[in-house]
Amino acid sequence: MSEFLEFKDVSKHYGSVKAVDHVSLTVKQGEFFSLLGPSGCGKTTLLRILAGFEQPDTGRVLLGGEDVTDLPPYERKVNTIFQSYALFPHLSVWDNIAFGLKVAKRPKKEIKEEVGKMLTMIQMEDQAWKKPDQISGGQKQRVAIARALVNKPRVLLLDEPLAALDLKLRQRMLIELDLIHDEVGITFLYVTHDQGEAMSLSDRIAVMKLGKIEQLGTPAEIYEAPRTSFVAAFIGDTNFFDGTVAEPLEKNSVLEGFLSVAVDKDYSRLKIEDFPDLECYNDKQIKEGEHVFLSIRPEKLRISRERPAAAPHLNVIQGKVEDVIYLGSQTKYWVRTGDYRISVIRQHSRFLLDEKPIRWGEQVWVSWHADDGFMLEKYSEQDENLIQLPPEEVGETTESNQILVRAPAPGAVPAGAAPR
Amino acid sequence: MKPSRVPLIVTWAVIAFFYIPIVILVANSFNSSRFGGSWESTSLKWYIRLMDEPSIWHALTNTLIIAGAATLISMVLGTSAAFALHRFAGSQLQKLHYSIIYTPLVLPEILMGLSLLLFFVQLKVQLGLATIAIAHVTFCLSYVAMTVLARLQDFDFAIIEAAQDLGAGWWTTVWKVLLPMLAPGILAGGLLAFTLSIDDFVISFFVAGPGSTTLPIKIYSMIKYGAPPLINALSTILLVITFTCVIASQYLSNRGRKAA
Repeated sequence: MSEFLEFKDVSKHYGSVKAVDHVSLTVKQGEFFSLLGPSGCGKTTLLRILAGFEQPDTGRVLLGGEDVTDLPPYERKVNTIFQSYALFPHLSVWDNIAFGLKVAKRPKKEIKEEVGKMLTMIQMEDQAWKKPDQISGGQKQRVAIARALVNKPRVLLLDEPLAALDLKLRQRMLIELDLIHDEVGITFLYVTHDQGEAMSLSDRIAVMKLGKIEQLGTPAEIYEAPRTSFVAAFIGDTNFFDGTVAEPLEKNSVLEGFLSVAVDKDYSRLKIEDFPDLECYNDKQIKEGEHVFLSIRPEKLRISRERPAAAPHLNVIQGKVEDVIYLGSQTKYWVRTGDYRISVIRQHSRFLLDEKPIRWGEQVWVSWHADDGFMLEKYSEQDENLIQLPPEEVGETTESNQILVRAPAPGAVPAGAAPR
Repeated sequence: MKPSRVPLIVTWAVIAFFYIPIVILVANSFNSSRFGGSWESTSLKWYIRLMDEPSIWHALTNTLIIAGAATLISMVLGTSAAFALHRFAGSQLQKLHYSIIYTPLVLPEILMGLSLLLFFVQLKVQLGLATIAIAHVTFCLSYVAMTVLARLQDFDFAIIEAAQDLGAGWWTTVWKVLLPMLAPGILAGGLLAFTLSIDDFVISFFVAGPGSTTLPIKIYSMIKYGAPPLINALSTILLVITFTCVIASQYLSNRGRKAA
């Protein structure tokens, strides 16, 4: 039974807003599956449909082959961890955990045993008689997990469970959640807007936007090979170049004065307005004349004071350092070239302190291998606008998700708004 | 700069203004003198005399029956009203409902008393304990509804979903989660209603019938025939009951707020 949980063509409207738009999705037994997307993308609605709090307008939900679409929440073998934990304030930790079993009228002895086991698992045996307002946020979180798991649900639903915790605690709970998942082996359906959480925990991720699934895959697939510019921008940092595909590179073609030994149509040249041509691996065989985004992750870029030696498929551009952000393990540079502000991340090696560090205002060379960039088709209006989206609309984690490359020069019109 | 003493002085002045008459009344209830003018000696004589007054006991019983009944009915109705108000907040009907519930809190009592009297007379209802109790429900209900509504407004409804998620049906959810969580609010409203019912004079005066004299009405009639020391003692007892209820009510609503 590998196709364990199945959403079949599920839709849900609120008035004229399509919260979930014909989503089909299957989750395997025991999988840690994440629904990732900005607020309002429909991820929580999908989870609530599975929990039974919302009825879909169309489509069916299958759990272990059984149609559960019309069952009320209390008859579904799924349990939810709520964002606010929703612990019963009038009941002790012990009674909170025992609630599900008591409602199911299980024998007293069994309840005692099972609750005891859960308390041991969350290491709160000595706090069993405290009320929820007497324990810390992290402990509330653990009680909420125990309260759900004690019922041995077939799927555990987690609705932004770490959102209310501070950073340190969040990182610790992340590890604990992972351990718990390994231990109990049930299917987890995890809803989050935090790409970091989703990346570190999930077996597979569905990235959602406007009620639809943009891309579904393992964290590595989604990071390394985003299918759309939205996904590229939402997962991790990236630089976007807005260009048009030019002719494929022939053998021994010359790019910007350097010899390039390209073969067939594997590599294409990209024409970018007011910018030197760039070379990119064209695995999708995007045709000449198409308008595309070239996306390149900051850590794939190299920065140097000297012009790097020419090599096949190496893109080299010159720019001026506008900003240097020292982050301890790495340094982030913002390099200005024409209209573009390129973000470069450089991992520190041991001899960083020996060499003269690159400073603000210096002329530098940024280079990358054509294989490290990827071309993304601009196939919808929304993607056209993506480059101008404020960070909170793209990803709620602001700075780290900053994707603006073509930042307007002072006094200039907004990026991409008008040709200059 | 030294903090100004003015706020402190004003506070004490206000407290004195409110409570000195009450303190005088309470003190006088322990004065063995028949007339309040001079202090004879401290004694419980008036309280003991109170015990031998069957009409007072009768009035007290009436008062407690009415207050009990009015409180219970308004707790049920007020809670239901609060639910409706909260659940469908924003609808035009509920805005009207809110005004209707709110009006008795600001309406002059004499108006309510008079209109209720006319109402009962029109319906040819025998005036008595029942009519007083019903009259009391009309305003007690508002206090319960407002108290419970305040609690509902900072109630996390995810908790209800959590209960259902854990397998509880609707009734189990109400019984095991919703009511226990709202109980402090409902009780606080109930206690408030109870004190208001015990203290009410104007409305009771209008709708009381023969044999249904309540304590406030009894006190009023005793004043007319002049027995001040006895009234002092009786008022002190009434005061103690009221204060106890108010303090309990405040304690309950604070505790409930903290838990929610």
